[in-house]
Amino acid sequence: MKEYELVCGLETHVELSTKTKIFCGCTTAFGGEPNTHCCPVCIGLPGTLPCLNRSVVDYAIRAGLATNCEIAEISKMDRKNYSYPDLPKAYQISQYYMPLCQNGYIPLSNGRKVRILRIHIEEDAGKLIHERGNTYIDYNRGGVPLIEIITEPDIRSIDEAREYVEKLQLIMRHIGVSDCKMQEGSLRCDVNISVRPKGSEKLGTRTEIKNMNSFTFMERAMEYEMERQIDVIEGGGSVVQETLRYNPDEDITESMRSKEDAHDYRYFREPDLVTIHVTPEEVEALRATLPESPIDRQARYVNELGLPEKDASLLVKYKKVADYFEAVIEGGFNAKPAANVILGQVFRRLTTEEAKEAFDILPTPAQLRELLEWLEAGKIRMNLVKSAFEKMLDTGRPAGDFISEDDMGGLDEAALRKLCEDSIAANPKAADDVRAGKEKAVKALVGGVMRAAKGRADAQAAEKLLLELLK
Amino acid sequence: MISTLHQKLVEKELSCVELTNLYLEAAQRDNAALNAYVTLTPDTALAAARATDERLARGESLGLLDGIPMTLKDNISTKGIETTCSSRMLQGYRPIYDAAVWEALQAQGSVLLGKTNMDEFAMGSSSETSVFGGSKNPHSLGHVAGGSSGGAASAVAGHLAAFGLGSDTGGSIRQPASFCGIVGLKPTYGAVSRYGLIAYASSLDQIGPLTFTVEDAAAVFDAISGRDERDSTCSGAKEATLPGLKRDIRGLRIGVAKEYFEGIKGDVRTAMEKAMETYRALGAQIEEFSLPSLRYALPVYYILACAEASSNLGRYDGIRYGYKTSSSYESIHEMVCKTRSEGFGKEVKRRILLGTYVLSSGYYDAYYKKAQNLRGKIVEEMRAAFASYDILLAPTVPMTSFPLNFTGQDPVETYLTDICTVPVNIAGLPGISLPCGFDSQNLPIGLQLIGAPFAEAKLLNAAYAYEQAADMYRPAPFGVQFEGGARA
Repeated sequence: MKEYELVCGLETHVELSTKTKIFCGCTTAFGGEPNTHCCPVCIGLPGTLPCLNRSVVDYAIRAGLATNCEIAEISKMDRKNYSYPDLPKAYQISQYYMPLCQNGYIPLSNGRKVRILRIHIEEDAGKLIHERGNTYIDYNRGGVPLIEIITEPDIRSIDEAREYVEKLQLIMRHIGVSDCKMQEGSLRCDVNISVRPKGSEKLGTRTEIKNMNSFTFMERAMEYEMERQIDVIEGGGSVVQETLRYNPDEDITESMRSKEDAHDYRYFREPDLVTIHVTPEEVEALRATLPESPIDRQARYVNELGLPEKDASLLVKYKKVADYFEAVIEGGFNAKPAANVILGQVFRRLTTEEAKEAFDILPTPAQLRELLEWLEAGKIRMNLVKSAFEKMLDTGRPAGDFISEDDMGGLDEAALRKLCEDSIAANPKAADDVRAGKEKAVKALVGGVMRAAKGRADAQAAEKLLLELLK
Repeated sequence: MISTLHQKLVEKELSCVELTNLYLEAAQRDNAALNAYVTLTPDTALAAARATDERLARGESLGLLDGIPMTLKDNISTKGIETTCSSRMLQGYRPIYDAAVWEALQAQGSVLLGKTNMDEFAMGSSSETSVFGGSKNPHSLGHVAGGSSGGAASAVAGHLAAFGLGSDTGGSIRQPASFCGIVGLKPTYGAVSRYGLIAYASSLDQIGPLTFTVEDAAAVFDAISGRDERDSTCSGAKEATLPGLKRDIRGLRIGVAKEYFEGIKGDVRTAMEKAMETYRALGAQIEEFSLPSLRYALPVYYILACAEASSNLGRYDGIRYGYKTSSSYESIHEMVCKTRSEGFGKEVKRRILLGTYVLSSGYYDAYYKKAQNLRGKIVEEMRAAFASYDILLAPTVPMTSFPLNFTGQDPVETYLTDICTVPVNIAGLPGISLPCGFDSQNLPIGLQLIGAPFAEAKLLNAAYAYEQAADMYRPAPFGVQFEGGARA
């Protein structure tokens, strides 16, 4: 069997987190009683007209800049005509002929780039609810602003697809344009997929899998579809261009419609809206509001702060966490203990993604910094830092409330030697075991030292000294 | 007319409730003959009239439109009042909000007598595509009132209202005004908010007044024009038109594009020539010139209007409001198909099909895109004319009113009658039709004047001068007749 290569491009819909909808003043809040976030405009009553919410344009420009796109000085809205009950005007207002952003890219960790063909703004549709044999429509989501981000067919593996979506999610969250929650539908992917013999330049016939709303489903659907296409080709057949949906229950892709049945959307300029003008000054003003990209930030944590790759990526994954971390270490403070406390003590408590995302903890960065300054100065040890910070997390009170003057000072060499000798005397059995070559037995002696020192001793130093004394 | 009624109210010759009742009674009596109204709104009217009377009783000064009985075309949304577009599709539909123009007139204290008949979804030239049947011409019951704002023209010309609002996409205000011997103003695209106007072709639609006099048209235009945040294409009028209405027009430069006069014969041609003489006598200069791209106007109009209509009318599916099929169905798709097949009339279906065709992939470039490009050319040429001329003069329609049931016979023949009105919509210009004589059958002839974008003040000034000099008004024998006539 020949070796095959995956060729994939993604169309990702990201719901923008503007306060109001794209063409009216209704709230964009998720959920709500059905049809309570609606007005004559977003349910498309006869005679109503859309009015573009300019902050949608600003959000989309920021998304474009964060993914290295060019921003069009002139762009226009178009109508995409199709009839479906969740679309109350029978057309979606979108951008087809002149999109807002073009020609961007997102870099992957393997050095390749996924090029972004375009990003355009559009309105979301409502939702059909099937219940007790009836179909109901909820238009709350209708008119919520979306951006659609369309890549070139640059993705060559399922891992790359996953990394692209993760990076996109990370970037959008970081710049605050979307919460990108796949399970709530604020990030959804359509996957265009084809295969070709490795080394071939020619693109195979593609299929499109609609509406992937979880990473797991996306990966499984891609895996299934890739194998299905290879089987078709190996069996002497040819892949048919069609639109598919993934059925997670049976873990297969199913046909939704063939190329012949493809919609003719009859795009044309939306006559109810005027041309969107964006000046270079406006673009620069928006660029100035962008935070450091999470990709650059992560690289900086590794290269300049010396953090392990894994820690750096965990910190950067949640913008509030990374911002907190940077506030603690501001001015070149030692980064590693700060990262340890955040990823250890704090993350142990914040168990869900939402909790990490919100990062709602009591101690201020300044309070953690105070604690870490004492560590840096050698006044206290890491184990005391950790136990004190647990109490700070519980109460929100400053470090000084939990660490006394006595605790600070630490232990000098002589005092430590005295405690070690006391521990050996108190536990002759363990001391004999160590002398006989059972080095593990030293742990019991270290424990004795630590208990007697009430946390002020450094366990490693104690162990080293004990071993010396028992040689 | 409006200022006469205003005087009567202010001088307490009669109360607003009395005035309103006169009109309501006349409408109830004469609508059987004219079919101008599709809905009468006596409760709304009398409530507004009482409010006017209370303002008078408190000694407040009345605005010009306060207490004036008027109508709205049935494609202008009125909260709680059936708004049907004269289509089975919207029978029973009661909007939950008011159109911007109706808000503006309510704020003025105007009295809504009812909603007027029209061609279904404003598609037609005779009002006969209405599900309620056509409106009759008050000057000859054997002739149509025109369309699509036929009911509005019939009601005003038949003295069943002091003024009415219509909408004009390809001539739908000016043509019925011409047929019924009254004044009809289509404002510059973007001068009046379209919010609440049920769309036919969004890039061409504009709301405007149908009135007895130019002065009335100016008063109503000043009340309804203005910027509206809810309509992105609406920047409002540049200036009020009433203050400069009666200025001398000596030195006015009038351009006459010869293309407008191709095929214009008989009484209409004679009336145009007389109108030009009148203008010369008033001190205007008249010059002939050419607008070669006008020959594309009709196909450009029908392609663009139908394309937009096919999209605008997609929302009528029986799910949320309006007509829904009463026969059984197996799927949503089948329900929508049956609803639309039964709910829309023949002309509407024809235009939806045409519009769908010209936008479909493979035909878009040949039709829609080409028409868009030609639109650009027409816009350019027409706007450029205003470097040399203040006003353009043309017939409103090449003929006088059609006999009943004429338009149903040959749709293309009927489309051709829009030849003189559509260029104004394509170019987004203001245009007005005013009476300029009668043909041998005593049917009114309309004179069309066209202005530069947002030059309504100059346009109405030119129209007023002609109206006063020519005095072409003849009352029709219906409705509320005051001493001195409606033109007083």
